[in-house]
Amino acid sequence: MTQEMHPLEKFTRKGMIPHIWCAGCGDGVILSEFLRALDELKMDLNKVAVVSGIGCIGRISGYVKLDGFHTTHGRAIAFAVGLKASRPDLKVVVISGDGDLFSIGGNHFIHAARRNIDITVICSNNFNYGMTGGQAGPTTILEGRTTTSPYGNIEHPFNLVHLAAGSGAVYVARWTTAHVRRIRESIKKTLTKKGFTFIEVISPCPEQYGRRNRMGEIMDQFNWLREKSVVQHFSDPLKAEVALDRIVVGEFVDLDKPEYTDLLRRQMMTVQGTLDKDGRLTNAPL
Amino acid sequence: MMARDVLTGTHFTQGDFACAEGAIAAGCRFFAGYPITPATEVAERMARRLPEVGGVYLQMEDEIGSVAAIIGASYGGVKSMTATSGPGFSLMQENIGLAVMTEAPIVIVDVMRGGPSTGQPTKTGQQDLMQARWGSHGDYEIIAFAPSSVQESFDLTVQAFNLSEKYRVPVFVMLDEVVGHMRERLVIPPPDQLEIINRKKPAVQPEQYNPFQPEKDLVPPMAVFGEGYRFYATGLTHDETGHPQTDSAEEQTKLVKRLCDKIRVNRDSIVQVKRLLLDDAEVCVVAYGSVARSAVAAVNRARERGVKAGFLGLTTIWPFPDKEIEAIADQVDRIVVAEMNYGQIVREVERRFDYRKITFVPKLGEDPHTPDELLSSIMGYRK
Repeated sequence: MTQEMHPLEKFTRKGMIPHIWCAGCGDGVILSEFLRALDELKMDLNKVAVVSGIGCIGRISGYVKLDGFHTTHGRAIAFAVGLKASRPDLKVVVISGDGDLFSIGGNHFIHAARRNIDITVICSNNFNYGMTGGQAGPTTILEGRTTTSPYGNIEHPFNLVHLAAGSGAVYVARWTTAHVRRIRESIKKTLTKKGFTFIEVISPCPEQYGRRNRMGEIMDQFNWLREKSVVQHFSDPLKAEVALDRIVVGEFVDLDKPEYTDLLRRQMMTVQGTLDKDGRLTNAPL
Repeated sequence: MMARDVLTGTHFTQGDFACAEGAIAAGCRFFAGYPITPATEVAERMARRLPEVGGVYLQMEDEIGSVAAIIGASYGGVKSMTATSGPGFSLMQENIGLAVMTEAPIVIVDVMRGGPSTGQPTKTGQQDLMQARWGSHGDYEIIAFAPSSVQESFDLTVQAFNLSEKYRVPVFVMLDEVVGHMRERLVIPPPDQLEIINRKKPAVQPEQYNPFQPEKDLVPPMAVFGEGYRFYATGLTHDETGHPQTDSAEEQTKLVKRLCDKIRVNRDSIVQVKRLLLDDAEVCVVAYGSVARSAVAAVNRARERGVKAGFLGLTTIWPFPDKEIEAIADQVDRIVVAEMNYGQIVREVERRFDYRKITFVPKLGEDPHTPDELLSSIMGYRK
C-alpha cells in the first residue's frame, strides 16, 4: 500500500516534522498558508530564505525546506537585514512571534521598516510568551491574565499595525488564523511586492493564554476570532484595535517608495562612475 | 569601473584605517556597525571605500544588530566585519555565541578604551581581552589578535579573515586606542603577495549535504544561502544535519567538543609571538598592543645597563601562547607582565609560571607605560 503524500510535504524538511506546536495553536495555519503561497506563486525555492527568532513559531525556519536560519531571541530581522543587503537576489522572509519581534527585537523592526529594506515580516501574535509558559508581553491585552500578570495586565499593548505603518512599512495587514485565505493572499502580495512588508496574524494559544483567560475550548477560541473580527480595509491604523469584543482586520497600508537595496545599488553605480582611470576615488586618500 | 580593493603602496595612516583596508584587501564586502569611540574611523573608512569596490556599508541600529547582520551576510556568502569598542563589544557577546554555534566566519575589530561601562571613551585601554575569550555563555574557542602597529593592524586583519574562513569561527582584532589612532607607515603589498583563504565549499550535491558534518580538520564545508542547498542552521544544539538536538547529552558533548577542538588542535598554526633577546634572558617582559612597543625599548635600555632582559610579545592573545610562556619558564628568573588593565593576561601567565616570580605592571587611563616605567620594573627584579 502506498501512502498518499500531503500536497505541502515537498515544502517541508524531512526529519523536522512533527512540529512542536500544541493542538489548536495558530502557528500551523501560518506555516501552511505560507507554503501554499509559495506553491501558488511558483516561487524559485532556491531563492527564498526564512529567518526566525526564539519562541514557538521560531521553529518554523527549520520546518520549511528552504534556506533557514534560527537566530538568537529578537535578532531575526537584524540577521535578515544583513542577508538581504548582501544578497539582494534572495527573497527574505522573517516569521516570528510577538515577543520576539516587538519586545526584545522591537528596535530592529522599526529600523528595518524605516529603511524600507525588502523583507517580509510575518508575526504570529498570540498575546503572550507561549514557549516559556505563558508570560505577559508587549501585546498582552489590558487586563489579560498571564503567569506574570496574575492580577491582570496593567500595561497597554502595542498596536502592531499602527507601529508598522508609523515606522514606514509599505504594506501592512492584520488577519486572524480564522482568515485562512486572506492570510495566503496577503503573503502572496508581500512576496511579490518590493519593500518592507508586514503581516500580523492574531493566533490562538489555547494551552497558555486561552486557558488562563477562560477563553474556552479550541473551537471557542477559533469562533471568537471569526465572530469578533471586522474587516476595515485601509482604515486608520491608529483606530485598528485588538480587543476581546472587536478585532479590526484588513489591509491598512499598500504604497510604493524607493527600496533600500535598490538605492544601495544605484548609489554604488554612482560612486563607481566617479572613479578615475586607475580606479581610485580622488577625494578619498588613505 | 570598480576601484582597487588592494591599495598597494606606502601610506601614512592610522590603525583603524589599516584594519578597514586589510578587510577590503582580504575580500570583505559587507560591514555593519554602529558609531563608537575610538572605533568609528573603521566604520567611516568602510562607508567610503566599500561602495567603490562593490561592497555594502550598513549602519545598524545597535551593536547587537550589527553582529546579527554580519552573520546574515556571512551566510549569504559574503565576507563580513563589524568594528566596535568596549560597550558595543559587550552588547555583541550573545550573537558572537550564535556565530560560534552556527560556525559563521565573521571578523570583529575591537578598539579598546577604558572601562567599566562608559569609562574613558577617548583614552586607551586593554580591558576587553577576557571578555573576548569568555564574554558569551557556554564553552567555546575563538581567535584574537592584538596588533601593536599600524602595519600589524593591516596584516592581522587579513589573517583574521583567513582564519575565520578556514575555521568558520569569529576572529577578533583587538587594537588598543593608541594603535587605532596612531599614524605611521603602512606598506600594502601587491595583491598577488597577499595570501587569501576562502571557506571550503561543499563537494556534494544538495541532497547529500549535511551542513554540520565536519571533515578531517573538524570544519564542515559551508554552503551559502541561495545556491540550492536549502539548509538550516540554528543556535540550538544540533546534529550534523543541522536538526536541533535539545535533549541528547551525546550530541551536546559531540558538538561542543568539536567547536572547541577545531581551534585547540590547530593552536600551533594559529599562535604567533614576537621574541627578542630571549636566548640568554634572565628577565622577560611580556606585553602586547601598544605596550609592546615600550617593552622593546625598555628591554634594549636594560641591556645597555647590563641586565639580561628579553621580550615576549603576544601577537595572538587567544588561543593563549601558553607553550611559549612555558618555553622560557625554566630559563628566566622573573617575568614582567605589563598591560593597560588591572590584571587580565597576567592571570594566563600565572597559569604557566610561578606567580611569586611575576612582576605585574598595570596601568589605567592615561597613555601606555613609558619605556622608563617598564625599565624600572625590569631593574627592580635584582634586589
